[in-house]
Amino acid sequence: MTDGRPFIDLDWIVRNLDDIWQRTADHVVLTVLAVGIGFAISMALALAIRRWRVLQAPVLAISGTLYSIPSLALFSLLIPFTGIQSLLTAETALVSYTILILVRNLIAGLDGVPPEVIEAAEAMGYGDWQRLWRIELPIALPVIIAGVRIATVTTVGLVTVTALIGLNSLGSLIVNVGLARFFFTATLVGSLGAVALAVAADVGLTALQRVLTPWARSRALGT
Amino acid sequence: MTSSAAVVRLEHVSKRYGPQGGALAVSDLSLEIPAGEIVVLVGPSGCGKTTTMKMINRLIEPTSGRITIDGEDVMSLPAVELRRRIGYVIQQVGLFPHLTVAENVAVVPRLLRWPPGQVKDRVEELLDLVRLEPATYRDRYPAALSGGERQRVGVARALAADPPLMLMDEPFGAVDPILRDRLQNEFLRLQAQVRKTVVFVTHDVDEAIKMADRIAILQRGGILAQYDTPDTILANPASEFVARFVGADRGLKRLSLACVRDLPLSQPITARPGEPRAALRDRLESAAADYALLLDEQDRPLGWIGRRDLGGEGAVAADDATPGSPTVQPETTLRDALSVMLSSSVQLGVVVDERERVLGLISVDAISATLGGASVEP
Repeated sequence: MTDGRPFIDLDWIVRNLDDIWQRTADHVVLTVLAVGIGFAISMALALAIRRWRVLQAPVLAISGTLYSIPSLALFSLLIPFTGIQSLLTAETALVSYTILILVRNLIAGLDGVPPEVIEAAEAMGYGDWQRLWRIELPIALPVIIAGVRIATVTTVGLVTVTALIGLNSLGSLIVNVGLARFFFTATLVGSLGAVALAVAADVGLTALQRVLTPWARSRALGT
Repeated sequence: MTSSAAVVRLEHVSKRYGPQGGALAVSDLSLEIPAGEIVVLVGPSGCGKTTTMKMINRLIEPTSGRITIDGEDVMSLPAVELRRRIGYVIQQVGLFPHLTVAENVAVVPRLLRWPPGQVKDRVEELLDLVRLEPATYRDRYPAALSGGERQRVGVARALAADPPLMLMDEPFGAVDPILRDRLQNEFLRLQAQVRKTVVFVTHDVDEAIKMADRIAILQRGGILAQYDTPDTILANPASEFVARFVGADRGLKRLSLACVRDLPLSQPITARPGEPRAALRDRLESAAADYALLLDEQDRPLGWIGRRDLGGEGAVAADDATPGSPTVQPETTLRDALSVMLSSSVQLGVVVDERERVLGLISVDAISATLGGASVEP
């Protein structure tokens, strides 16, 4: 703004559309990787907790502690181990933030399957894995997807911080272009882009949940 | 359906929960369950009846003893294979909420990898069998069903792979008494067609008497107190415990062993809306009757219309009928029929078939007449 450019420089946006798209795509990749890896780890942890209930308290305590570390601090603390400008550093931190939410919701979802349903499944002759895959996980799906929604929206926000360790995303638009050059338009585009991604992810996952769990809707219609 | 029923034999079966030296839940129980019969395990809570039932499909494994189905030791098969051959119905039904009615019923055939076409045909056949119109119910989710409909789907699901043996754990325990009576009757009607071996657990003596070909009365610790037909148990209880358990009114309970269909029904004067009032008045007068039963086009009862209400001209209308008589079915036990009649204003029951069409009338007097003839003990 010091050099007399307009408050919102549409011309700059149009000229840099390709770059903005690229950073958006990078943002999406960082988010999807984090939530995907976080989900796989959380699923393993949740299944372990269901088998060995004593693990529940320590797993939740550790993931809760990780969750409470400020993101800026966690990224910085990881740099000596995994390097700067490193995808590994970014994902290690991002994944660790998803785990608390995902494990909690996986456990809550699986614990919410009514005991009589489990008894019936057992008595019908489902094996342990078949029962998990075909009965318990599908029934837990609304609660699980609710967790994925929260984790995804949170991660979209956290990915902006990875700009500080040198990764490209909508966050780097805010930090490296907007803040470094006092260029408000870039800050605005980066911020609005991140918000739009978060909203799109939330809406998309909600729609996915509706498609995958048609039965959860008829609960409202029936009885 | 061609599958035969299985003989189940329990030989010196015991179950202990917890460490050795703890109390036995089931003690040295031996029982032979004949093919095609309903055997009811009944007793107070803590008598081990559910434990006994669950040992048959190995939801619970016995501590000692042997259980065979058609001579084959249940421990000789993988548990999942064994369970796919045994139908299972529980009180809370336990339908899978994320599967439609058709998918719920198809569960065991699919686990057994039946070809899809055969599964589909079987589902339709079973929904018909439990009186749920396939076109209406096939694609519904359990949440959209009433309690009675869920229980019917539960029974269809248990019968899906045509198992020779069914285990039923208080299957009608969670529904209201009127619906329970209906579901019991439906199940008896169905059993008359499919002739499975059924192991049925309940804590309700009346239900045991009504459903059982044979009753096994268990007492605390899973000790067999008596194993016999309902009539023998009511007439000759083997011990003080059995006598107290079946109740002091066991003479009255024997009424549960006879059904409405066992009594001659009387036929009411019937009328339909649209008949001129004067004509009906004349008919009642010439028959020396005070009331006519008004029926709709499908022969279903609308209610009573009295001679005194038939003043004036014009035609009889559906609104003229005063409802009041309870309806009972041919399968309703005399005891239940008596009970609904005594609690209604009219001491007359209208007997209807499964489509609610009127078959005749039954009166409190007719039932007490059979009581007088029966060997009721003081």
